[in-house]
Amino acid sequence: MGLGAIILPLAQGGDGFVRDPAEASTECVAKNDTVCIGWALENIDRYVTPTLEHLVLVVVSVLAGFAIAFAMALISHRRRWLIPAFTAGTGVLYTVPSIALFLLLLPITGRGTLTAIVALTLYTLQILYRNNVTGLANVPEATKDSGRGMGMTDRQLLWRVELPLAVPEIIAGLRIATVSTVAIATLAVFAGAGGLGAEIYNDLTFKTGIVVAGGIAVAMAILFDVVLVGLQSRLAGWRKAHEAGAGDAGRFAGALARLRGAHS
Amino acid sequence: MSLSLAFLDSFSGAIEFIFSSRDAVGVGGEVGGLGQVGELLGEHVKVSGLALAASLAIALPVGAYLGHRGTGELLAVAIGNAGRAIPELALIAFMAAFIGVGLLNVTIALMVLGIPPILTNTFVAMRQVDRGAVEAARGMGMTEAEVVGRVELPLAVPTIMSGVRTAAINIVATAAIAPLAGVITLGDFILGRNVYGDDGVLAGAILVAVLALAVELSLATVQRVLTPRGLKLERERARATA
Repeated sequence: MGLGAIILPLAQGGDGFVRDPAEASTECVAKNDTVCIGWALENIDRYVTPTLEHLVLVVVSVLAGFAIAFAMALISHRRRWLIPAFTAGTGVLYTVPSIALFLLLLPITGRGTLTAIVALTLYTLQILYRNNVTGLANVPEATKDSGRGMGMTDRQLLWRVELPLAVPEIIAGLRIATVSTVAIATLAVFAGAGGLGAEIYNDLTFKTGIVVAGGIAVAMAILFDVVLVGLQSRLAGWRKAHEAGAGDAGRFAGALARLRGAHS
Repeated sequence: MSLSLAFLDSFSGAIEFIFSSRDAVGVGGEVGGLGQVGELLGEHVKVSGLALAASLAIALPVGAYLGHRGTGELLAVAIGNAGRAIPELALIAFMAAFIGVGLLNVTIALMVLGIPPILTNTFVAMRQVDRGAVEAARGMGMTEAEVVGRVELPLAVPTIMSGVRTAAINIVATAAIAPLAGVITLGDFILGRNVYGDDGVLAGAILVAVLALAVELSLATVQRVLTPRGLKLERERARATA
């Protein structure tokens, strides 16, 4: 028990403090018993680089994760026996806590952005794959039959009928994955990848710093969500965006049951 | 080749750290070994278990009530969405800096992560229950409480449990940074490189990962036990005809 008390101050010592000693003389910052709005406004420029680092972590990880999950969904679309294996595999990756994954990867990929991106990418796969599969599975058999009746090949059917109809679920998955990744990327500081988490971790007792960095992360998550909802209504205006947002796990189970039933 | 060898060395060092104690880096005293691992594991399981139990105690009745009545959909979905946007590190740091350290505060912080997925999934699961089944139950003379307890909740188990599993994973993962708020979990190995060394950090990561997988497997078993036999049979039938 006693060790924790020793470790805490030590753990913060390494990377230097966000608060400059000179600026700590500001009365509010020195007292540190509330959020110093004045300090935050004056020093907002110091959050630009961490915010951009955070943004890069999220965008690269989600795009890489989407590319992989999309490929997996297409592969398992025509080979349905792969779906349980892919679901279990991505599920295990999702279960391993990201902070553990960061550190497990350190001996392999070293400290830095690459490690964080690999871990965050692996973490997104479960949600993205699940929603891609659900979207494709929810396309009514009758609709596909109409396509076949019009003389479409399997490939045409996939790109012109099945994928467009799966857009709401696919984007719902992107929304969940992106918002979660923005939040989890605060832990990327433990992989040595900076980001907004570094601003919090480097000065764990500074209330203003916690609120500003945490606030930027929440704002970034909301912004991504708004952008993706906009994209969704552009790509699939025929279906209300929020319909696809709720109860993904249940929809997944239902979709799988329908998949099994569809081939009876 | 040298890369893969160095990589194996790191992991064997971490395994050694778990099974036998050694001198601490820098400060005096012994660290590592099964004794300390057991102590920190116990603390990790305790704070995670408390947070999950408290989340269930709040989110399950509220979700079931709203879902049964069919009201508050916006609220239930909004809570679920907001829960995902909370940055774990900021949450723990906020709790420690503004409210204070200790078991109770960390439990409350972890509940903030545990409640949303359980509440949202319970709500959605209750709404997804076949209306015909509910009407049939009413027709058989069941009271509203019986309809909820004997029809809606059992049929909602798979979706509710997937929310519970998400909550448990989030809680166990975030409990790894609980030492920042004064609760010394397995995350202490991860955060205390200055004392435990690189082997300790990696050992912490391995232990947290194994614990999360163990929790997930146990909850999958709980789900299997709680799922009504009828639902399982229905699925098996669907699989058999596929």
